[in-house]
Order: sequence, then C-alpha cells, then structure tokens
Amino acid sequence: MINVSKLKKGIIIDHIEAGHGFEIYKELHLNDIDDVVVLLKNIPSKKMKQKDLIKIETDMQIDMTVLGLIDPNVTINFVKNGELCKKISLTLPKVVNGIMTCKNPRCITQYEDVKEIKFYLVNEEKKQYRCEYCDAYTTFIDEE
Amino acid sequence: MLKGRHLIEPGDFQLNEIESIMQLADNIIADPEGYSLVCKGKLLASLFYEPSTRTRFSFEAAMLRLGGEIIGFDDPNNSSVSKGESLGDTIRTIECYSDIAVIRHPREGTARLVSKFANEMPIINAGDGGHEHPTQTLTDLLTIRKFKGGCDNHVVGVCGDLLFGRTIHSLVKTLSRYKGIRFVFISPTELKMPAHILNQLDPKTYKETTSLDEVIGQLDILYMSRVQRERFVSEEEYLRLKNYYILDKKKMKAAKQDMIVMHPLPRVNEIATEVDEDPRAVYFAQAKYGMYVRMALIAKLLGVEDRK
Repeated sequence: MINVSKLKKGIIIDHIEAGHGFEIYKELHLNDIDDVVVLLKNIPSKKMKQKDLIKIETDMQIDMTVLGLIDPNVTINFVKNGELCKKISLTLPKVVNGIMTCKNPRCITQYEDVKEIKFYLVNEEKKQYRCEYCDAYTTFIDEE
Repeated sequence: MLKGRHLIEPGDFQLNEIESIMQLADNIIADPEGYSLVCKGKLLASLFYEPSTRTRFSFEAAMLRLGGEIIGFDDPNNSSVSKGESLGDTIRTIECYSDIAVIRHPREGTARLVSKFANEMPIINAGDGGHEHPTQTLTDLLTIRKFKGGCDNHVVGVCGDLLFGRTIHSLVKTLSRYKGIRFVFISPTELKMPAHILNQLDPKTYKETTSLDEVIGQLDILYMSRVQRERFVSEEEYLRLKNYYILDKKKMKAAKQDMIVMHPLPRVNEIATEVDEDPRAVYFAQAKYGMYVRMALIAKLLGVEDRK
C-alpha cells in the first residue's frame, strides 16, 4: 500500500468512483496549477470496493458543478491546519451553465460560436440533461 | 399580452394566449378586408435558410394581406452567411430595418439562439431542423377547432416520421395541454417518437403501434406526415421507409365518418390522391387556415390588431 502524507491545508476529493479520478483531474485543470496534487487510483474501499481519491494542497476554489456532473457521489473535505474543517456531499446540479456541450450533431451550437449554453437536468439516474436550444438529451461524460 | 414576444415553440404561449390568436384568426376570416391595412408601414424580414413553399408563402401572403411589406431571402447564398457572418450579427443588423422576423433554418435550436440577439423585434420560428414548427401547430389547432368544434377530448392518430417530424413534435406537446386528448403514435420502429417528447406525456394518454390498419377505426383525427428525405443520411434507409404507410380509399373505409385527415404538406405518396375527394380530407383547408393564423399571429406580436 502506497502512503501519502497527511494534508495540512487544502482539499481532499474522496469517494470518487474508480476510474473517474483522472476525469476529475482533467476537468479541474489540476495539471495547470503549481500546488501539490496527488491522484490515487483504485484504492481498496470497504464501501465501494475500489475508489479514486485526489488531494490538493491549495487554497483554490473548486467548481462543484463539474464535480457533481462527473461523479455526484464524491465527498469533498476541506482541511485547515491539518484538521478537517468542512465536509460536503455533492448532488447533480439542476441547471448547468457554460460547462457542457450539446452532442446532438444537428444542434445549432455545433455550428455557431455559442457561449454559456444552459442544460437542465431531466433524468437523475441516467445523469441526462436537456439542451436549452435543441432540447436533445445529453450527458456530461459518456457512460460505458 | 403578446406584443413584442417571440414564438420559438408553442410552449412559449399560454393556452389562453393561443386562444386569443385563434379568436383573432376567426375575426380575420370573417372580415379580411377589415384587417387589410393593420400592418401598413410595418416590415417583415423573411429569413429562409432552407427551402420552403407553403410556410414562406403563407407568411409573406399573411403580411401582404395585412398591408405590410416584406424583405428577406430564401437562399442563404444570397445573404451574408455566404461571407461567414454569424447568425447573431445577421439578426442584429436585420433588427435595424425590420419590425418582425420569421426564420427557418436546418439546424435545431436556431430560432431560440437568434431570439437572444433580438431586443425589440419579435422572432417567429418557421421551423428549425427536426425540432419545432410552432406556426404549423397554430395552423393545426385552428383546423381542428374549425372542423371538430374545439381541441379537447379527441383521439389523435399521428402517423409517419415521428422521429424527425418537427410539426408533429410541436403539435403533440401542445395538444397534450388540452383536456381529454389521447394519442396513438403510428410509425416504423426506426422513426418512433423520441424520448424527449414521450417523457413530457402522461404514459396513460398514449400508445405506440406500427400498424395504421389496426387503429384507424378508433381515431377522431388522423395526422399524416411525410418521411423526409432531407433528414436521412442514407438514401437506402429513406427508400425503405418512405412507402411504409400509404393512406388510400380502402383504409379510409375503416375510419369513423367524422374523422378528419390532416397533413402539414407537402405530401409525397403517403396519402393517395384518391383520398382528396373524401370530405374527411381537410389538408388543403388546413393550408389556407395557415395563412389566416399567421396573419393573426403577426398582428398580435406587432400589437396592431386594434388598428382595424
């Protein structure tokens, strides 16, 4: 088992479904920050059998919307002075603005430069959203 | 109050607002002369990025019969699109010249997008790809109202291309807001009603079938539609599905005596021409009502109906 030292300050994104950790890493653009970031994959977990986990030693703000879209079951722990100071569970956002793109090949947003496209949650179980322009259903990440 | 509003999809208007358009259409039908100058001095921009006969002519005829004028194009190659101009810029420019705009475009969601750029000019969606066609819905509602006395309590059969048929999507969503409406969706499996429409309906109010013969006797209204060549990527697939349903005299024998047959037109071969003589075939009357309902809509959105 690989050991990673305890975080003094920053954020621990826990209970990430195994395999989604790298997706979250990419969407949060963690590659672009200078702070210490650790991505742990396939950690044995009693509850989830396997999970991913990300530790970020930073003061940065996290965009919860993206996290909720990728994996609404993650928990976010905020650490200050080596102690857990806040814990947040996520849910799927009802409205997503400017993060998703429509996958309907006939949607006008595929052809014009459209900023801030709104998507409305229509099916929580399937994580489906409705495009404000063409009404087609789409998901943020392709499910296997 | 409809003055200054956009019509992108039928859901943009409340049923009482739709009713007010129907009532105005009734008044115009009763006294067309009386409304022949209400749009004098007003300009309609007719922006057709996709071929259309009926919709474009009926909008232009509607504006001319109200005493207004028209500018526009029916081929995007004759506009600045061919120079690479964005839709947003096109609309902002046209708003400088026009009082109201009608847009048809092959891409879904276009009318909603351009409406965000129009600050004072009402935008009317005249069809955006396979998505919505709200003025056809108004036409259909006026036709149902004229021939069936109202829009409540009907069994409505919708037959043909239910996947790409924008007129059908708009009509079904709107009729589902009326009382006692039940739908029978008749289509090949490949062209079934999409999930985003079915999800908006109470499952108890509709059934799906592939057989027109089995259900025609139950219907009060049969809404036929064309399998649209332009929506198919594969010509082979189009040819296989285009003759799936052909309504003819023989099939009509099994229908109720007061059932009406509607079609947004143009038809290809889904209704045999022999059916045209049947008094239950109302699709040409429907086309005429299309002009009157568009006259009513234009007058309402411009707020000029009281100029009569």
